[in-house]
Amino acid sequence: MPDASHAVVALEGVGRVYPTDPPVNALVDVDLSIAAGDWMAVEGPSGSGKSTLLNVVGCLDSPTSGTYWFEGIDVSDLTDRERTGLRSRRIGFVFQSFHLLRYRTVLENVMMAEVYRRHSRGGRKERALAALDRVGLTPRSDFLPMHLSGGEQQRVAIARALLGSPGLLLADEPTGNLDSATSARILDLFDGLHGEGLTIVMITHDPEVARRAHRRIHLRDGRLEEVR
Amino acid sequence: MKLLRSGRRTSKVPLSGITPVDLADEASAGLFARPGRMVLTVSGTVIGIAALVATLGLARTTGNRILGRFDELAATEIIITTKAAGDGSTQEWLPWDAPARMERLNGVVAAGDLTYVDTNGALISTSPISDPSHQTEFDLPVQAASPDLFRAVRAKLSTGRFFDRGNSLRADRVAVLGSGAALRLGITTVNQMPALRIGDDLFLIVGILDSVGRFPDLMGAIIIPEGTARADYQIASPETVVVETQIGAASLVAKQAPLALRPDNIAALKVASPPEPKRVRDAVANDLNALFLLLGGVSLVVGAIGIANVTLVSVIERTSEIGLRRAIGATRFHIALQFLLESTAMGLLGGIIGASLGSVVVVGVSALRGWTPVLDPLTPLLAPVGGAVIGLLSGTYPAWRATRMEPVAALRTQG
Ligand SMILES: Nc1ncnc2c1ncn2[C@@H]1O[C@H](COP(=O)(O)OP(=O)(O)O)[C@@H](O)[C@H]1O
Ligand SMILES: [Mg+2]
Repeated sequence: MPDASHAVVALEGVGRVYPTDPPVNALVDVDLSIAAGDWMAVEGPSGSGKSTLLNVVGCLDSPTSGTYWFEGIDVSDLTDRERTGLRSRRIGFVFQSFHLLRYRTVLENVMMAEVYRRHSRGGRKERALAALDRVGLTPRSDFLPMHLSGGEQQRVAIARALLGSPGLLLADEPTGNLDSATSARILDLFDGLHGEGLTIVMITHDPEVARRAHRRIHLRDGRLEEVR
Repeated sequence: MKLLRSGRRTSKVPLSGITPVDLADEASAGLFARPGRMVLTVSGTVIGIAALVATLGLARTTGNRILGRFDELAATEIIITTKAAGDGSTQEWLPWDAPARMERLNGVVAAGDLTYVDTNGALISTSPISDPSHQTEFDLPVQAASPDLFRAVRAKLSTGRFFDRGNSLRADRVAVLGSGAALRLGITTVNQMPALRIGDDLFLIVGILDSVGRFPDLMGAIIIPEGTARADYQIASPETVVVETQIGAASLVAKQAPLALRPDNIAALKVASPPEPKRVRDAVANDLNALFLLLGGVSLVVGAIGIANVTLVSVIERTSEIGLRRAIGATRFHIALQFLLESTAMGLLGGIIGASLGSVVVVGVSALRGWTPVLDPLTPLLAPVGGAVIGLLSGTYPAWRATRMEPVAALRTQG
């Protein structure tokens, strides 16, 4: 049994079946432990269950079997509202398609991360600027996202995910829409964040990208294989 | 420890939440993301509310105008005469106590009767001897009146007094002159107790009229007490009963008059409550009001559908935004709240602009027509509230749709 008390993420016999006709076994009996400070890549071909795994880990989706502990809390015990609270404060998300609001400036997009934490607005701008500084985008804070390159947009999304120092950064194909040079910069950034102690889980189907992580797991038809 | 956990659960994780300021900020950012579309969406509500406010305001304004001086005079006047006998065989009559009977009715301010006196061609003169070099005899009409007639026709004196009940009961030979008649007779004051002769009968002049509100013919006439006329000229029945009513009582009093005056034969009387301009205009205004209220209502429905439509489109367009918000901590409730707030704000905005436009229309039309604009103070206050309610109702279905979206599925759509 994974050490539920010290790991950030601990999965035990987790399965996820989509109740379609016929049912899809997207995750089958997954045991996984992610320690604080891990920098992990999840690899696998398309349709192997990578996104499903990330959604379960990110409390966006619930397993249909098995148990999931996040920071020692049994997530299956939690209500929908509590899982939402967990996402809001403990987990940062980065998506392949950035998911920035096109009608709000870079700074406002980053500040949005605090909106659902019932925080007062005092100091929010400074915190957002500090996050933008970590990804090197302070000079772009008043731009609209459409005036940024893809790599810059993804860095804004990372800054948003970093606001409020989450315990876990989840990235689903963060470099999927970027060329290799830009991808390298994003991965450099992840390296740096890892160096600062952040726990990172990144999905990729690209072995070149996965090589940058310190730990690699492989999914095939919903089953987990550890590569290194 | 175990009890505590299985009992009323206290949350192990901090819950997400949003402050009202942040909610308002997110909603307004969502609205102003597409300002052009918001303006178009709001316009339906603007037109609807403006039409309603303008219609209600103009109705109040014209309603106020009807109480103007001329209208009030006409609307409070009833004139009762006998019906001209169809075959001429029998002459119908009015009772001599007709004024008293009318004054007993609710809503009657004053009532008097008035009868033309046939003097058999007798001329009127103020001079004891006839002077061939001057005209001293005039052919002036003589009218017999009950004392209250003066009030009923709103007569005002320039000098002297009206004759009273006692003069009439004693059949005193007194007279009140219309100002025109006084002018022709060369009488300007009653200080020296001037007298006039009707034929051979001498009458004391007690007063001279300055003006009358009704029956302007009286200004050229000699008016004598009804009792005197009955004694001296054998008149059989009052010719006309003049009634002044309270505002709004005319039609009811007119209906009751025949029964009060001739319970034996209500068909004998002709009651004229002059075509009340108030009624006519009200009828016109009511038709117009109904039309505009209908138009306003239809535009409001169209406006509501517009808001519902645009909010729904916006919910679908913003699927990926909804997914993102759910990922960063928004509950279904927070999502619903934001869309409801956006649609309510559009309705409120429409209500405010519509109320202002409607008020401008009321003031503008009043200025053109020279009316005094009147607007119920509640109208411009309630209109925005109404707009907000419309927006809120329009937003419920789209907001509900937004809450049905699963975050994972919503995040798959490209943003
Ligand atoms: N909402 C869903 N309903 C039914 N099947 C799904 C759903 N989401 C994913 N799947 C299926 O589950 C499997 C794993 O999907 P996913 O986790 O998205 O894979 P990956 O991210 O590795 O491409 C696929 O076969 C996919 O078709
Ligand atoms: Mg995927």
